[in-house]
Amino acid sequence: MNVPRFCREIPSRYNLIGTKCENCDTYYFPPRRVCITCRRKGVIREYQFEGSGKVVTHTTIYSAPENFSKMTPYVLAIVELDEGPKLTAQIVCDPSEVKIGMRVKSVFRKLGEEGPDGVIYYGTKFIPA
Amino acid sequence: MSIGITTYGVYIPRYRIRVEEIARVWGDDPNDIKKGLGVFEKSVPDRDEDTATIAVEAARSALQRSGLAGVDIGAIYVGSESHPYAVKPTATIVAEAIRATPELMAADYEFACKAGTAALQTCLGLVAADYIKYGMAIGADTAQGAPADALEYTAAAGGAAYVVGKSHVIAEIEDTYSFTTDTFDFWRRQGQQYPKHGGRFTGEPGYFKHVLAGARGLLHKTRSKPEDFDFAVFHQPNGKFPRKVASTLGFSQQQVKQGLVVEKLGNAYSGSSLIGLASVLDVAEPGSRIFMTSFGSGAGSDSFTFRVTEEIGKIQDKAPSVAELLAAPIYLDYAIYAKHKNKIVL
Ligand SMILES: [Zn+2]
Repeated sequence: MNVPRFCREIPSRYNLIGTKCENCDTYYFPPRRVCITCRRKGVIREYQFEGSGKVVTHTTIYSAPENFSKMTPYVLAIVELDEGPKLTAQIVCDPSEVKIGMRVKSVFRKLGEEGPDGVIYYGTKFIPA
Repeated sequence: MSIGITTYGVYIPRYRIRVEEIARVWGDDPNDIKKGLGVFEKSVPDRDEDTATIAVEAARSALQRSGLAGVDIGAIYVGSESHPYAVKPTATIVAEAIRATPELMAADYEFACKAGTAALQTCLGLVAADYIKYGMAIGADTAQGAPADALEYTAAAGGAAYVVGKSHVIAEIEDTYSFTTDTFDFWRRQGQQYPKHGGRFTGEPGYFKHVLAGARGLLHKTRSKPEDFDFAVFHQPNGKFPRKVASTLGFSQQQVKQGLVVEKLGNAYSGSSLIGLASVLDVAEPGSRIFMTSFGSGAGSDSFTFRVTEEIGKIQDKAPSVAELLAAPIYLDYAIYAKHKNKIVL
């Protein structure tokens, strides 16, 4: 990850900001500017997700890239938000605790850091609800 | 028109370590420590929690409690002695995470454990002068004590956020008073991981001198007496100091009890007195009067008197209480605790 890309993605990483098509009630995360169903007829609005959802599938990471090495072992999951979209996120819990279908809610945590003198990345993770 | 706190929110990490576990590692007598410090366990941040994440969670809790949105907040000041960056504000991270950007004033404050109450005074001034409608003051810390140092038994993590405004005031800020001198009781040089302090269990010439003078100054300024208040909150580096200043000033242990969170929380530094105040607001009734004095090494104290309004009942149960946040912790052993606190350098 590089710093400019991280900065552009801050709204969605910090606050789960996506979009919603008012025409067909479809929610998008990450945000989309064009509705894939309605195309030109779509009415896209910014939408902040509530942050509640459930675990669709999960895996435990024991060996991670350098910027995440202090966090191992950690649980990575595909979370389905209550509004529909799915996203990949870390679940903050013991690996033995996570289950498919488990209800989760969003929290604000450190995602990683670029060594002792680099940028600290913050964003959304999930905890058991 | 009255001015005061319109909402508040607290965050305390879920992990704790008991005094027994730290004492086991260093060969101390846990009963001596518990008796000496009046602390039984302390909060420990998760590996991915720091002052910024704690400040954000406290700020979000405050907004959730009130129904205010980030755009309503005209200023954010974050007080801490453990800001994640030496240069790069925590306040901007909080502002972005509650969607208060870009039209707001923001800065970080540092004054050991009283930076959060200094932020509260700044918000009070800005709102009183009508520069902003609502200002958010946060005190949050992930305090570090060097391994085997006496501070390791108490250095804890937690934070509280307060919004100051003129409408929907739940606790009017009646008055404030500060007492400041240049004192060398506790310090940490730039680039050092752990602080240094001038003595183990004494509170002189820092804590007692400044808390007593500050509290007496505000009692005198407001022409009030300790018995005029229902609750009193003092900075709580341990369980003994706040009890001792309370009795020296003429407050009863009953007045201090609800705001004394250090026994199960430890010393959350900039969060300490502000979490104590939140614990009082969780149970306060309309008309309750609250006295508070914070303390920051270096050294100074900020004192406040509050009068709780009819609005309090509308928001008390809209966000987690301090008692709820302290309940059902996960206890760590020393090895995992050391990993959480980055005491092991890999
Ligand atoms: Zn559509």
